[in-house]
Amino acid sequence: MSVTASKVHEIIGSDTFKSLVRRRTLVSSVLTVIMLVVYIGFILSIAFYRDILALPIAPYLPIGLPIGIGLIVFAWLLTGYYTRWANKSYDRHVRELRNKVLQQ
Amino acid sequence: METYSTTLGQVNTASIIIFFVFVAITLMITYWAAKRTKTTSEFYAADRSISGFQNGLALAGDYMSAASFLGIAGMVALKGYDGLIYSIGFLVGWPLVMFLVAEPLRNLGKFTFADVVAFRLRQRPVRIASSAGSLMTVVFYLIAQMVGAGSLITSLFGLPYEVAVVLVGCVMIAYVLFGGMLATTWVQIIKAVLLLGGATLLVIMTLSHFSMNPLVLFEQAAIKYSDAVLSPGGFVTNPWDALSLGIALMLGTAGLPHILMRFFTVPDARQARRSVFLATGFIGYFYILTFIIGFGAMVLVGREVVSSLDKGGNMAALLLAESVGGQFFLGFIAAVAFATILAVVAGLTLSGASTLSHDLYVNVVKRGKADERGEVRVAKASTLLLGVLAIVLGLTFKGQNVAFMVGLAFAIAASANFPALLMSIVWSGFTTRGAVASIVTGASLAVILIILSPTVWVDILKNREAIFALKNPALLSMPAAFLAGIIVSLRKKEPEAAMKFEEVKLRTYLGIGAE
Repeated sequence: MSVTASKVHEIIGSDTFKSLVRRRTLVSSVLTVIMLVVYIGFILSIAFYRDILALPIAPYLPIGLPIGIGLIVFAWLLTGYYTRWANKSYDRHVRELRNKVLQQ
Repeated sequence: METYSTTLGQVNTASIIIFFVFVAITLMITYWAAKRTKTTSEFYAADRSISGFQNGLALAGDYMSAASFLGIAGMVALKGYDGLIYSIGFLVGWPLVMFLVAEPLRNLGKFTFADVVAFRLRQRPVRIASSAGSLMTVVFYLIAQMVGAGSLITSLFGLPYEVAVVLVGCVMIAYVLFGGMLATTWVQIIKAVLLLGGATLLVIMTLSHFSMNPLVLFEQAAIKYSDAVLSPGGFVTNPWDALSLGIALMLGTAGLPHILMRFFTVPDARQARRSVFLATGFIGYFYILTFIIGFGAMVLVGREVVSSLDKGGNMAALLLAESVGGQFFLGFIAAVAFATILAVVAGLTLSGASTLSHDLYVNVVKRGKADERGEVRVAKASTLLLGVLAIVLGLTFKGQNVAFMVGLAFAIAASANFPALLMSIVWSGFTTRGAVASIVTGASLAVILIILSPTVWVDILKNREAIFALKNPALLSMPAAFLAGIIVSLRKKEPEAAMKFEEVKLRTYLGIGAE
């Protein structure tokens, strides 16, 4: 399917498209930063706060254990959150914009 | 100290039978796939017929190598919690793939990630540079896998190393040559199911010795070997080292050619998204399993026995399988490990072959004008070439300590492939020269620095002190690649490329024009 250059220009400049890009960039960047901060924070706490991680919250259960496993689950939940946002909100706006582009 | 009796090293009939059944079934699948692998779209991308769920399994399969299964279980068995820290590093790259790369890649590219990098730029220089980065990653990863395969089969069956390498090489060539992406995808899916299923079974059987409660297992481990095994040990002593490795693993995942290639097998960006979500779940679950398996081996088999059979602890999972399930279960898990090796090297070979044919032959040699059948023929020839090369390399590096090559492959992926990929997706000012500069800087720095690092300079070349202090170069090579790309792009603008960025945006965000 071909879209004329002027049409492309029109869509790119439109407010709806710009807000779509803005929202998508925001979500992607924030989630990326969250993941980076959490993981780097984890690594740094192992390097500098090792003893805190070794504190037991139950007999033979240092807090580092649930934190480590929790990190794995957290990483997966983050991808789940993004998928849900993208499937519900983002895709809806994409569909609207696509229809506008391809109809004319 | 009583001797531990194990049948490891003796011929295990169960294992051989299960393995041959796996090979037979997958070769039948290859035959079925061969009839559907005639066009380029079919050879490289299974004609985009793979669903999000199937691709999620295939991605997980590609990522869960025998090295990670046996290696991480072994690391946990010998060092406890440290193995978990290592696994987490491998997992957290996947969210980044989801947020930054998966959908734009699917929308912008056709068969390889170089399609995306070279989208608006001048084809030949960018294709050559991307191919170099891609091939370097694939080759180093392949060497590590082939050598690992050979030594694993040797230590498990007593088969000569050379026979093992040639056997693995020939079967994997068959998968890719005749069945292309369709066959390799299904091999990955089957292997992923076997691996996840087998590991789950192993965990259940292990936990049955501990009242089905992992906490009891941990308690036993702490009683046997001290509380220290439940907390971080010596793995993260130097924060810079840990950060560098973490960066290599996180960003490298988003730059591995054989992983990125899988995103082109699904129909659209939405399915690509779904496949990453599922893959992340499967892989995360897998690492939790290997954690329990490692502790199981620590308690039920013992660290001394594990390390006496292999210094790195690679036999831990197998010894545990034997301990809780006898020879038959040992055979099953061993067969699954071989299947894993086969699947991963097949995926790597396909990705390398596609770089040679789609990126280099079609877009550089033929300047974008090659007919369908010609390209498929070249792709198949490249497969053969790369397969033979993999066998030769596996034989050449026999007995060498090649574990560092996986770290190097990730470092190159994080430095040469990822920065260029990301910048070409998000920045209109990214130029041809910038792309080339970024890739060349990332790749060269990664290789040079790792040669000068303790991993090679001291451990392998036996010098006294390393010139470059970090074990993994990514902390330096990755930012350097970004900087190089930015500085070179800003110094001389490329208006033609900047103008095409509007089309990029349309395609990236709305999927219009995606192939």
